[in-house]
Amino acid sequence: MTTVADSPWARQRSNRAERLARAAALAGVHAKTVDADTIVALLEALIEPGDRVCLEGDNQKQADFLARALTQVSPARVHDLHMVQSVLSLPEHLDIFELGIANRLDFSFSGPQSLRLAQLLAEGKLQIGAIHTYLELFGRYFIDLTPKVSLIAAQAADAQGNLYTGPNTEDTPAIVEATAFKSGVVVAQVDEIVDRLPRIDIPADWIDFVVKAPEPAFIEPLFTRDPAQISEIQVLMAMMAIKGIYAEYGVQSLNHGIGFDTAAIELLLPTYGERLGLKGKICRHWALNPHPALIPAIEAGWVESVHSFGSELGMEDYVRARPDVFFTGPDGSLRSNRAFCQAAGHYACDLFIGSTLQMDMAGNSSTATLGRIAGFGGAPNMGADARGRRHASAAWLKAGREARDGLPGVRGTPRGQKLVVQMVETFREHMQPAFVETLDAWQLAEQAKMPLPPIMIYGDDVTHVLTEEGIANLLLCRDDEEREQAIRGVAGFTPAGQKRDRAMVEKLRARGVIRRPAELGIDPRDATRNLLAARSMRDLVRASGGLYQPPRRFRNW
Amino acid sequence: MAGMETLHFAFDGGRALPPFAPALVGVVASGNLEVLVEPAPGTGCRIDVDTSARGFGAIWEAVLRDFHDRHGIAGIAVAIHDMGATPAVVSLRLDQAISAISGVPGATP
Repeated sequence: MTTVADSPWARQRSNRAERLARAAALAGVHAKTVDADTIVALLEALIEPGDRVCLEGDNQKQADFLARALTQVSPARVHDLHMVQSVLSLPEHLDIFELGIANRLDFSFSGPQSLRLAQLLAEGKLQIGAIHTYLELFGRYFIDLTPKVSLIAAQAADAQGNLYTGPNTEDTPAIVEATAFKSGVVVAQVDEIVDRLPRIDIPADWIDFVVKAPEPAFIEPLFTRDPAQISEIQVLMAMMAIKGIYAEYGVQSLNHGIGFDTAAIELLLPTYGERLGLKGKICRHWALNPHPALIPAIEAGWVESVHSFGSELGMEDYVRARPDVFFTGPDGSLRSNRAFCQAAGHYACDLFIGSTLQMDMAGNSSTATLGRIAGFGGAPNMGADARGRRHASAAWLKAGREARDGLPGVRGTPRGQKLVVQMVETFREHMQPAFVETLDAWQLAEQAKMPLPPIMIYGDDVTHVLTEEGIANLLLCRDDEEREQAIRGVAGFTPAGQKRDRAMVEKLRARGVIRRPAELGIDPRDATRNLLAARSMRDLVRASGGLYQPPRRFRNW
Repeated sequence: MAGMETLHFAFDGGRALPPFAPALVGVVASGNLEVLVEPAPGTGCRIDVDTSARGFGAIWEAVLRDFHDRHGIAGIAVAIHDMGATPAVVSLRLDQAISAISGVPGATP
């Protein structure tokens, strides 16, 4: 009788056993625990040429010690790797391509490395399979991009190899599940090895090796916005968002993008929102990292729940003290999970609001700029109608009604729609117009030979465009011409805005497709920074009762 | 100042205001501007712009024409010292300055 181990149906499992046996022969490997100075030898023993490898690079947390180790393996032994990872953030993530260790890449976001990535691609040092959203890439981990070896990061491990991933759990569960249950090998770098973990985030039998890194894993505070930098125009736009969209639709569940525009909304809820009598009526449930800017709204009792993609440095103690609001473990600390939060943001939220660098006259928007290959992370999933959604809410139904009212046939079939709001000042810094006739994405697609222009949010998913000049409700537009003029009608003094058909814009105003601040009952002269519930980092600390501890670089006192 | 561009605009027509004291709003700081509005003889609106951002004359003209269309005030001279403010901020400061001289309530920074 053949055993499973030598069955032709279990080749992956026997291959895994060979890898583990090679590793076990190394002097620095003690059962699951590996000495830090053995790490390069361990990777050479475990990884085979051509392997698909996931090097954990999340939006915030980085397996930086393992990334450095991977750059030190011998390219004669380890080569032609196919890297699958959500974020390229460290130089080492690209060094391995330069060094001839890896040659193929599938990823989601490469913000900090986007320039060099484009250069390496042009030099032929790597091939890009595709640029994904987070959920899409995680999905492929379970279909056709399953990692053979995953190199991950956790805060702590115990002697058995159980892991505590703590507040920045992020992508780890998705990566480990895909690898461990398909005969792959998982190596974890940890900040410390302890006798008893605060809680177990990843069970030991999913983990093959644990190495204590000389330094704690790098975590980037990406979601901290200093209220001191919020402008009056951003206050004005936040007033318009709250009064003209959130109140209008009764938005209960939502996701905010990163940036000062949405931070301004968060800081206006307990002041302007309160004055409008909206507390308890809007913004109760959030898919959001623990934004420091949300502290005043939480303290004022606006927020019932927040589920998080990742954490935010400095927010640990505050989150721990507000378990009714945040998802926390029995140990008290935050449990984030990017895969679940992305699914929640896509299916369970009424509204997404975010910013962009460019929008064209069809409403397509992109942050892609020439010479860079950056990807969009989670924005395309947050900023897209969830076509599979079936549960109703007032906001979702109203948006759906507006979009379909009067349409014949299948286009008129009643259904809801997600509110997707693009909030942009008409000019960005250095007087770069946010509204353009043609997105740079088209030229970039040609340069980098992409099959499609890298569009972040498609125009037919965008429901509202909000600028300092007004709100364009694209749900009410009935053809491309109306949509174009609605967008031009809020595009201010940009060349695209100045090309508006004035008569048509006035007609759209009369129909309420375009609404100016005055029509919303907002006087731009009331948009002062005094409306912000916190005007400095210090105010945020004070609002948290001293629980929020901003990273040093955000402290100016 | 080195690198500054000076632009002059004049718009005709509009209503004259009752006598008013000059008003100054805004600050000369990056991304911001200072607007000084004073009474001036004549029936027009004269606007002088000193800006650190060169090459945006056409946008200034559109922004200032829109301002004049909106308020239609004659007999004023406006001096603008700009440090790269966006059109949105320029329009806001101009509206604040007009509020200040016409006694219309409205917050000024």
